Amino acid sequence: MSTHISDATSGAHEEIGHSEAGVEQKHLGEKSADWVDGRLGVYNLAKANLRKIFPDHWSFMLGEICLYSFIIIILTGVYLTLFFNPSMGEVVYHGTYTPLQGIKMSEAYKSALDISFDVRGGLLIRQIHHWAAIVFVAAMLVHMMRVFFTGAFRKPREINWLFGFLLLFLGMFDGFMGYSLPDDLLSGTGIRFMEGAILSVPLVGTYLQMFLYGGQFPGNDIIPRFFTIHVLLIPGIMLGLLVAHLILVFYHKHTQFAGPGRTEKNVVGMPLMPVYMAKAGGFFFLVFGVIAFVSAIASVNPIWEYGPYRPDQVSTDAQPDWYMGFSEGLIRIMPGWEIRAWGHTLELGVFIPLVIFGLMFVVIAIYPFLEGWITGDKREHHILDRPRNAPVRTGLGVAWIAEYIILLVGGGNDLFATHLHLSIDAITWACRVLFFVGPVIAFMVTKRWCMGLQRRDKDKILHGRETGTIKRLPHGEFIEVHAQLPQEELFRLTAHEQSAPAELPAAVDENGVKRKIGSITKLRAKLSAGYFGPQSQIAKPTAEEHAEITSGHGHH
Amino acid sequence: MTSQDNMSEEHLPEAAHGHGGGPVVSKDGYFADPGLPPHEHRRTDIDEKAARRAERQVAMWFLLSMLATVGFIASYVIFKPGPTHHVFIWPIGNVSPLNFALGVTLGISLFAIGAGAVHWARTLMSDEEHIAERHPIEATPEVREQVFADFRQGSKESGFGRRKLIRNTMIGAMAMVPLSAVVLFRDLGPLPEKKLDTTGWKAGMLLKNMNTGEPIQASDVQVGSLTFAMPADLSEDDEDFQERIAKDALMLVRLQPGDIKDKKSADWGYHGVLAFSKICTHVGCPISLYEQQTHHVLCPCHQSTFDLSDGARVIFGPAGHALPQLQIGVDNTGNLEALNGFTVPVGPGFWERSE
Ligand code: HEM
Ligand code: FES
Repeated sequence: MSTHISDATSGAHEEIGHSEAGVEQKHLGEKSADWVDGRLGVYNLAKANLRKIFPDHWSFMLGEICLYSFIIIILTGVYLTLFFNPSMGEVVYHGTYTPLQGIKMSEAYKSALDISFDVRGGLLIRQIHHWAAIVFVAAMLVHMMRVFFTGAFRKPREINWLFGFLLLFLGMFDGFMGYSLPDDLLSGTGIRFMEGAILSVPLVGTYLQMFLYGGQFPGNDIIPRFFTIHVLLIPGIMLGLLVAHLILVFYHKHTQFAGPGRTEKNVVGMPLMPVYMAKAGGFFFLVFGVIAFVSAIASVNPIWEYGPYRPDQVSTDAQPDWYMGFSEGLIRIMPGWEIRAWGHTLELGVFIPLVIFGLMFVVIAIYPFLEGWITGDKREHHILDRPRNAPVRTGLGVAWIAEYIILLVGGGNDLFATHLHLSIDAITWACRVLFFVGPVIAFMVTKRWCMGLQRRDKDKILHGRETGTIKRLPHGEFIEVHAQLPQEELFRLTAHEQSAPAELPAAVDENGVKRKIGSITKLRAKLSAGYFGPQSQIAKPTAEEHAEITSGHGHH
Repeated sequence: MTSQDNMSEEHLPEAAHGHGGGPVVSKDGYFADPGLPPHEHRRTDIDEKAARRAERQVAMWFLLSMLATVGFIASYVIFKPGPTHHVFIWPIGNVSPLNFALGVTLGISLFAIGAGAVHWARTLMSDEEHIAERHPIEATPEVREQVFADFRQGSKESGFGRRKLIRNTMIGAMAMVPLSAVVLFRDLGPLPEKKLDTTGWKAGMLLKNMNTGEPIQASDVQVGSLTFAMPADLSEDDEDFQERIAKDALMLVRLQPGDIKDKKSADWGYHGVLAFSKICTHVGCPISLYEQQTHHVLCPCHQSTFDLSDGARVIFGPAGHALPQLQIGVDNTGNLEALNGFTVPVGPGFWERSE
């Protein structure tokens, strides 16, 4: 510091930096907090967030389960890297597991066996890692559904939806790669499957395959390469996305369901400190505890039973982890189409499933933007929809789930065939038909169901709640006494807004000249009518209708 | 502060409770928001005894966690690792005692912390709901204007728009620099060339039984069984064994010559002994299931089914083309040998594959 200005600024000293006076009385905790604030300015951050309000609903815990299982995966994964040897070098096994004595295997497989049998607690950590991965993907899917069905992805949260989507996609892939690392017979089968899928890509397939595997299948590179991608590249990207995801949740403030006192402009709930810190922090330990317990009693991926990978051997019940099961279904129900012409082969039987696999994800990513475009809604939304009040969206979501389940069944066609005593042929054909018809049926049934629920809400508002008490009227008729809903309920059930469909611009403009209406505009108007037309919403009752009916009741 | 003032009106309940019986109506004709209901006290809020009981319960959870951690460390020391130590625990079955004890104690020590914290939050921490304001994410028009003005100013000072030469060369440089990164990936692997078209099989190469490692007499191949074979020059100790077996693995069947429907297929065999690639033409699983009455083989991965009596044509499932056949005969000692290499690529289809 230059001395000649220090005199001039000494007066200002007290303003920059926490006052030095009265230091003795200060608590040590306060002092260190001041120290940190002096370098990082954390007080302003804490001021905005320590008592930040979070609304409460059980479904908001689903995102937390994702977060905690991710943390568990990282913790256990780091432990595993200390013992795992991602090498395809050949060794002969002389370990403690006698059935594999003297068998040739890769170092990767051997080290995975050693973790399971010779490192104390190694098997537990392996199983926690695998169970947590299964929970992680399941939790992400369910969390995504809650966000979808409540419309939480609407403005301003579309970008956070995209972050979440990328996490789901990367999470599934990272799970697949982890499954491939131990180089047992099952994991090798998965890697072979991937080779075939890559080879089916027109023009560049063989190049991609050679570059990824470092030569012909299986080569010596795929496991070390997967290892780096699995433990470093993808988790690194995911960590970044996850932090961004959570920052946006904080920044946007969480959505809430409609209810008394809750508006689009406020958020009602309890403060981060202490209630949410205790609940969310505690919930981490609950999730970890349950997964540890499951790993104590339920074995997952017992690699020693499969033996080491050999390209000419296979175990008959080769199945991927459940979340990849739908890709297995796609590939199983696809007919073996192949186009051979001009010295080239287009392996449609594999390539089409690969493309549909991609499309199943793409529709997730673009849905918020699609719905925003159709509804033309540019406002912020912080009050969640009840799924019944958005029947088209809810129907589309259920259609997607139906497709997913049909493909999952298709992926286990052999299991279903043996358990249901049907031929694989029959199951495969049923899945092929259902692939096209199932989602349509699911959509229609769901939409109708939503409409039924809307109608029931309307009834409840106008006629009150059934009390279960039967009353006999003077002239002998029996009626059930209906109780009026309290104001809170009346408000909650009618708080959602009902938009009108977008209208086409008038056919002639203000100068009387005929306007050309593009087909896109027309399509959009049609879709909008689908979302907001009379087939998709029952007009919610007004207070006036309610008054008429209730006073009518009085005349009885 | 003005934005807050504007908003405060909106989240005030539009009218108070209990207004002559009927529901309160809002401006738009629907039911009005009655506002946040008053906070209801829990037992622990008003009864110090209940609160003290809750406190003891929370502490019990934390104590349980400590005990479980001690149990974890004890289990680590006491129980032996390894596959040979098993105990039967009802109803789970045979488990490794080490894994079981470590998992259960770890599970309890973690779960108990969670249960304690959540119980604490639910019984003793305030459950009063608070209201916080939301502020629009979008900036005010003034801020927006300011940002645009700043940007225009910065842009003007840089001369980016005016000095086209700088702009264009910079874009060119930025577009080209990633090329170096792309080029660096070239050595990830070799070019495909004809690698996928060929296998290790050549004319005159003996077939070797996969299990015994011995050459195969034609008479050793029995009707009704599937025999797996590999080239005689390949050994499990070879450096490139995995790569070669992924393409060279064979399966042999013997059919009654009269049962063979495909003439060329019969000609390529030896007295009804036929040799097909074991690698499924779908995505490359090894085929392993043989049904002797129908002469069908089934791939366990996605159930592609091939008819070995008819040139291994696909009769069911997602595979796109027949299993390639290897032309075989016998040498002067009666051992099966290849009369030719595979004439079409084995395994999954790919773009450059021609048939
Ligand atoms: C690593 C995986 C993920 C983690 C750790 C995670 C975590 C969270 C957490 C803790 C919340 C706040 C609590 C809640 O609403 O549940 C949240 C909200 C949200 N998540 Fe995720 N999430 C993940 C994946 C996803 C996926 C797959 C999607 C959808 C494609 C998604 C979309 C959203 C959106 C839009 C919100 C805001 C919801 C609102 O404010 O109501 N997230 N996430
Ligand atoms: S790999 Fe044989 S059916 Fe798919």
